[in-house]
Amino acid sequence: MIAEHGVRIWAALARRRRGLAKGWYKYSRNSLSVLGLVVLVLIGLTAGLAPYIAPYPEHAAAYTNFREAGLPPSKDHLFGTDRVGRDVLSRVIFGYRFSLLLGIVVLSLAVPSGVVLGLLGGYYNGTWIEVLIMRITDVFLAVPPLVLAMSIAAMLTPNLFNAMIAISLSWWPWYCRLVYSVTASLRNQFFVREAELTGASRMHILFKEILPNCFGPIMTKVTLDMGIAILMGASLSFIGLGAQPPTPDLGTMLADGAKRLPSEWWSTIFPALAIVMVILAFNLVGDGLRDVFAVEEV
Amino acid sequence: MADPILSVERLKKHFPTKLGLVKAVDGISLSVAAGETIGLVGESGSGKTTVAQCIVGIYPPTDGEIRFRGQPISRELRKRSKDLKREIRIVFQDPGSSLNPKRTISQILSVPLKVHRNARGRSRTAMIRNLLEMVELPPDEYLHKYPQSIGGGEKQMVAIARALATSPSFVVLDEPTSALDVSVQAKIINLLLELQTKLSLTYLFITHDLSLMRNVATRVAIMYLGKICEVAPTVEFFRNPLHPYTKMLLSSIPVVSEEEKALKPAKILSRGEIPSPVNVPPGCSFHLRCPMKMEICSEADPEMVEVEPDHLARCHLLSRRS
Repeated sequence: MIAEHGVRIWAALARRRRGLAKGWYKYSRNSLSVLGLVVLVLIGLTAGLAPYIAPYPEHAAAYTNFREAGLPPSKDHLFGTDRVGRDVLSRVIFGYRFSLLLGIVVLSLAVPSGVVLGLLGGYYNGTWIEVLIMRITDVFLAVPPLVLAMSIAAMLTPNLFNAMIAISLSWWPWYCRLVYSVTASLRNQFFVREAELTGASRMHILFKEILPNCFGPIMTKVTLDMGIAILMGASLSFIGLGAQPPTPDLGTMLADGAKRLPSEWWSTIFPALAIVMVILAFNLVGDGLRDVFAVEEV
Repeated sequence: MADPILSVERLKKHFPTKLGLVKAVDGISLSVAAGETIGLVGESGSGKTTVAQCIVGIYPPTDGEIRFRGQPISRELRKRSKDLKREIRIVFQDPGSSLNPKRTISQILSVPLKVHRNARGRSRTAMIRNLLEMVELPPDEYLHKYPQSIGGGEKQMVAIARALATSPSFVVLDEPTSALDVSVQAKIINLLLELQTKLSLTYLFITHDLSLMRNVATRVAIMYLGKICEVAPTVEFFRNPLHPYTKMLLSSIPVVSEEEKALKPAKILSRGEIPSPVNVPPGCSFHLRCPMKMEICSEADPEMVEVEPDHLARCHLLSRRS
């Protein structure tokens, strides 16, 4: 009996592995996506191991050493130092931590709420529930996301956490819209009709029949959006509505360094390149996932 | 007819559209005896699928009544009892869209078992295996496949297994074979007939394929523009068709041999196409295409008359004779 059970579990694992192998084959046909994934893994490792690999971990916080302020890139400070003498490389490494954290928190707040509202709006297509959800969504979509996030952030105390809240609030409508359109088109498919005729629960129909069909577009959009969310977080920090000094946020560093352009270029260029790199990596990975899930357009 | 399992009385389903009111089903009455296969035949646009969808509860009918085992059943699906959902099942025309592409065969078949038979774990797996064996698909091979990796005929087998999973007594087959290859069609039909005797099922078989009905149905009903124009037991129907439209349909079945040709009624040339159900002609809806048109046909809609026992037709030629 136990042996039989083991065989069954083994078979299930083998099936899962075959599915993954097929997905990886499709993904790896795009060599740029593989490059993006490698870069992303490196960035992730860098951020995770920041205290161990940053040359001057103490420079991530409030630290001043005016004797070494504004030094150009050298052997001791690969990316140079900023106006109060902190190592830019160390701060970029720690900056990735906050950027990735912001991206993850924003999307884990915005995606589930947007998806659930989109499923409801799409499923109750033609009823007051759809009207209510989708008109509210339209109002949010009518305002440019950065402007909306800025105005929400401006109402709250400027810090990293409130910046995340502000960005999430301007982000869910896009997921709501995406899932709504997929759900509305699946709603009259016969497999959904069949589940209704069988008497399956609403929860089953929404989350087991419809949601798996939205998975591809959602995953693709999530990876593409990670980069944009990070960018938006940096933008809020840049204008002073996000993370506050001395937090080593890439946006704050940009704002700081921009005052000393072009002479002390290193304290601006390196954080900027860091932002470009993470966004590019997420976009390349998103492209690869689009091929895996064969999503038409997100 | 004694104790029909399902009867439909003056069923109407009208859809309001921008072009006007579409009278998809316009007052049909039909009763189905337990254990029989009634073939509901008509051209596309005749409303036969709408009848099926009203019976299973996809659309609430505009008017009329549906009775199951003598009891009137609600028009709206959410007011129908769980037991009724278990008893009346449907197999859709296109198995491609009736099976969820993101769920495995085993997951698909587990839904009705979970809802209606409260089956879990090992006993559910055993039931799923039984169902697959019943439709002649080896369970080990198909259990974990996704619908897109199996053929059209096999998909339809899975859809049939899903319909039978609740052990229903009445199954609506909405053109179950018209999306499939001819070779697969025969296999599915044979399986359906086998299962019918084994599980004592009653079928409402919806199709546009009249020649198929000769082998499958016990009774045939012909629909035209939302109305039934002739109902008769199959043998009687093919031997002595009464309505001009039925005659037209029968004479347009393609034949290959002389013997088959001898069975057919006199050739009536098929002409015109089914008019739009938005703009139903006044009087008898068939009069624009009818070769035996009389003056009265464009003025009054004929009543259904029982010409011979169990053989009903709706035509002025017949009303006059009786």
